[in-house]
Amino acid sequence: MKYSVFSLLRNAFSGHKNWTPAWRAPEPKKEYDIIIVGGGGHGLATAYYLAKEHGLKNIAVLEKNYIGSGNVGRNTTIIRSNYQLPGNNPFYELSMKLWEGLEQDFNFNAMVSQRGVLNLYHTDAQRDAFARRGNAMHLDGVDAELVDRDAVREMYPFLDYANARFPIKGGLLQRRGGTVRHDAVAWGYARGADTHGVDILQGCALTGIKIESGKVVGVETSRGSIGCRKLALCAAGHSSEVAAMAGLKLPIESHVLQAFVSEGLKPLIDGVITYGAGHFYVSQSDKGGLVFGGDIDGYNSYAQRGNLPMVEHVIEAGIAMMPSLARVRALRSWGGVMDMSMDGSPIIDKMSVHGLYLNAGWCYGGFKATPASGWCYAHLIAKDEPHKVATAYRLDRFRRGYMLDEKGQGATPNLH
Amino acid sequence: MLIPCPHCGTRPVEEFTFLGDATVTRPVNNDPGAWQAYVYERENPRGDFAEYAHHSGGCRAWLVVTRNTQTHHVLDAVIASNFKRKAKS
Repeated sequence: MKYSVFSLLRNAFSGHKNWTPAWRAPEPKKEYDIIIVGGGGHGLATAYYLAKEHGLKNIAVLEKNYIGSGNVGRNTTIIRSNYQLPGNNPFYELSMKLWEGLEQDFNFNAMVSQRGVLNLYHTDAQRDAFARRGNAMHLDGVDAELVDRDAVREMYPFLDYANARFPIKGGLLQRRGGTVRHDAVAWGYARGADTHGVDILQGCALTGIKIESGKVVGVETSRGSIGCRKLALCAAGHSSEVAAMAGLKLPIESHVLQAFVSEGLKPLIDGVITYGAGHFYVSQSDKGGLVFGGDIDGYNSYAQRGNLPMVEHVIEAGIAMMPSLARVRALRSWGGVMDMSMDGSPIIDKMSVHGLYLNAGWCYGGFKATPASGWCYAHLIAKDEPHKVATAYRLDRFRRGYMLDEKGQGATPNLH
Repeated sequence: MLIPCPHCGTRPVEEFTFLGDATVTRPVNNDPGAWQAYVYERENPRGDFAEYAHHSGGCRAWLVVTRNTQTHHVLDAVIASNFKRKAKS
């Protein structure tokens, strides 16, 4: 059923009793051409673009839990394409362009809202670094504006401009950045993929990968064994575990990242603000809650929850930036498991085992990448060669010495 | 998360700085593959995990803390020089 104002009216007149499920709940077939492991945003987007853009049939997505239970439903919903490195930003800009047309494309209201992302700077050196990043963005055809203190004050008068240690001197603004309703992204892609014939198998955990003479032939799952010709791993947070089933050891550690939402408030923050002096970012959801987060906890973890010291640290940074936050009550906090890669950048590549593909290592920047990740991964799986904006995301870059390290931190996953 | 420092007793997690996997060993030869494995490749287990932790807010000793990455339950903490690595085949 195509969603539109007419379908809404029709269903309103029948008391909303005739809506059909947004996707089917099929039984696993004996064999698929392509199996995607992981029904998060990236896996569902991959399935959607494989079916829609490449016209492929006989595809399944395995999700061990339910759709939206992982990081796609746990992030702070921010989209932006304000990276610096040549191997990175054209990819994120492709993602931004896909976000801009996404809702019409998959016929689902994902509440894409280009409300602007403002990164604050506090020192002359930071201003220069932001100017350089803005110029790099311009070279990639991306919008970026360096705004001064008065302009920031005009936008957000409630920030702490009298902070002696970290005075706000201005910011780098990407007006096309913003927020998207994260759950709706999962649902929209799931529904879109299902409409194009993809089987979405929820409650279906991968337990083994069958490889015969250097070739993937199938998988063992909690719902029985299923044959396949191509197997696409897309299980961020648990990539090391699924890759180990194929005998691979990845340059990835799993870490926990926490996020928070406050009680509902009247409209206060109309964009996304990030604090340059501490790691803190905040936006306001359409329900009124302030959605905010900071750094990862810093130790390896597969628990979808973090510890209180990081809660305190994030809220301290928030109050330093915006003192009125001290009067706001935090409503909930939660954690997600991140694939922290060794250079802070993702991996989209085919493996030496024939028919095995890997999409992993998104650190905590995976949400904004969802459409382009699916787009490029689908391209790789369908054509067996990397998409032109994803050529820097090869796994062998660590061996060859072509790391893609935006922060320049080196092989320290907990600092990226 | 509370960590039993051999010097300081049970201390809260915010006093510690983590460096990651304590089971990787520095290669003794110049083989690029061995160095790649040492610098980049990680087991990343879900379960018991031995990691370097610097008691930066306490005695400043380097420890190896064994902790379950699924439950955050801390099993053991020893001075790093006393940590017995399992021999690798």
